[in-house]
Amino acid sequence: MENINKRHSVELIPDKCIGCTDCIKRCPTEAIRVRNSKATIDENLCIDCGVCIRVCRNHAKRAVTNSLDVIRDERFKYRVVIPAPSLYSQFLRNTSINAVLTALKRIGFDDVLEVSRAAEMITAETVKILTEEECPKPMISSACPAVIRLMAMRFPSLMDNIMPVSAPIDVAASAARQMAMRKGYEPDEIGVFFISPCSAKATAAMYPIGMDKSDVDGVISIADVYLPLRNIMAKLDPSEYEDLCQRSFEGMGWAATGGESADPRIENAIAVDGLENVIRVLEQVEDGQLDDVDFIEANACMSGCVGGPLTVINGYVARNILKKVRQNAASIPPCRERTVDIPRGSVSLRLKNRISPANHMRFGQDMGEAIKNMEDIEAIYAELPHIDCGSCGAPNCNAFAEDVVLDGIPVEDCIFMMRRKVKELAEEMADLAAKMPQTMTGEKAGN
Amino acid sequence: MKLSYTVLEGEYARAGEASSAVKKVLKQLAVPANVIRKIAVAMFEAEINMVIHANGGVIDVDILPDKVFIQLVDTGPGIPDIEKAKQEGFSTASDEARDLGFGAGMGIPNMMKNSDFFNIKSEVGKGTTVEIAVNL
Repeated sequence: MENINKRHSVELIPDKCIGCTDCIKRCPTEAIRVRNSKATIDENLCIDCGVCIRVCRNHAKRAVTNSLDVIRDERFKYRVVIPAPSLYSQFLRNTSINAVLTALKRIGFDDVLEVSRAAEMITAETVKILTEEECPKPMISSACPAVIRLMAMRFPSLMDNIMPVSAPIDVAASAARQMAMRKGYEPDEIGVFFISPCSAKATAAMYPIGMDKSDVDGVISIADVYLPLRNIMAKLDPSEYEDLCQRSFEGMGWAATGGESADPRIENAIAVDGLENVIRVLEQVEDGQLDDVDFIEANACMSGCVGGPLTVINGYVARNILKKVRQNAASIPPCRERTVDIPRGSVSLRLKNRISPANHMRFGQDMGEAIKNMEDIEAIYAELPHIDCGSCGAPNCNAFAEDVVLDGIPVEDCIFMMRRKVKELAEEMADLAAKMPQTMTGEKAGN
Repeated sequence: MKLSYTVLEGEYARAGEASSAVKKVLKQLAVPANVIRKIAVAMFEAEINMVIHANGGVIDVDILPDKVFIQLVDTGPGIPDIEKAKQEGFSTASDEARDLGFGAGMGIPNMMKNSDFFNIKSEVGKGTTVEIAVNL
């Protein structure tokens, strides 16, 4: 058991934050408040989905990742890059995987192992669990770390429905290290670098869910590697392309919604994307409405990983490019195919640790206290204007009522409550002012 | 704490809103996951029944430190044979409801299976009252 919601990659850049209400209102877990003119993220509630990175017009949110310089760290004698398949969907003019992988090597990596290859091994394991083992239905994919974190926080009753397989990144990272070790390098001389489409995977790569340690030494965002790659790719002649593609066509499909659950052996599968939609589907699972579904592929981002917050091009366009990339890859004549394949049994395909719900007892230490607080919150909420304006720094009136009761925020932080108090005070003053001393109420003498 | 919800007639798309709201409160109260799941399933089935069979109705929920009590009152057509309705697979749902995936005849059996106390009273032409309690 482990608490997965303590580590984060999403952070605020205070100098850029102007304290507007864009992010607080869009955060799917209501994890952000504006305090002293700056957004603050509650680490107990943040799931690293990256929505705030996407919506902030001042670019005051970012995901902490490594810069490309990390590969020049002298500790590493051998550097293996493990690109997420969503990377291939970013180049409008070049849909050759070998072009992307060759350019990655030119940037300074010694070898490449595709995460999509690991994804195919996970698909096989998923099918095995669904068809041969006892498991609750529906099983829910463990591939999107933002969804897993959401579930740990909001759907504790569904923890046993999480598919207990490793994330493709973890499998790829472990295989990449072993591949380098077979070439004679010591484990600590090997650098394994993940190219990530999102903040959630960046966090999960460094602090893996359901595992003890990560084989990833650095995470580089697609956005940071995009321009250098594009520049190299533009100059590469097709004759220079190295034969690096592992022909994992099905695994590449994981980059877009529907790819992970496309295997025909998974009979009743649904694929859902966008956190709001994911929440709706998980609610239905909780109510027992989807018991006849075998598998749910759930992605926090619309379109899936190709729409991740650290990607460069529009997710819908990326989806189309991914299709072309897969078609192109299928037509490449003999490539090294599985020569850097992952030997069977060399990496763990199952989660080692059970994922535990992330309950932080926000409402009270025991049931009696929690119920009392909830009643107080209801009472405050009833007084509020219910227009969810966000001026108080909370995303809606309900969240503000919680903040008043649980965090001691003054109720006058609501500008409507403040105005009401001012009005009451003003009326009281007017009343007082009207009360003339009796010495002044009579007619003046001498008139 | 007491919560109250009005369920509207024929609003299939909104069916489940009340049980969803109750689930949210129970999660905030840190009620154990397996208990929330029982309450969610039982209450959802009862709420759906109100939409499919009755003309909507009122749901009152009382959350106490040791149990959750749910009362669902409708003024619908009532159930002629309650014992039959308690059997798995028995349903009188309309084709319209069945097209939406409801009417598998598991409503009342699921409510019974997921509650620690279950009571149903019904009078033809007057309505039905369902009481569900789940211990915490």
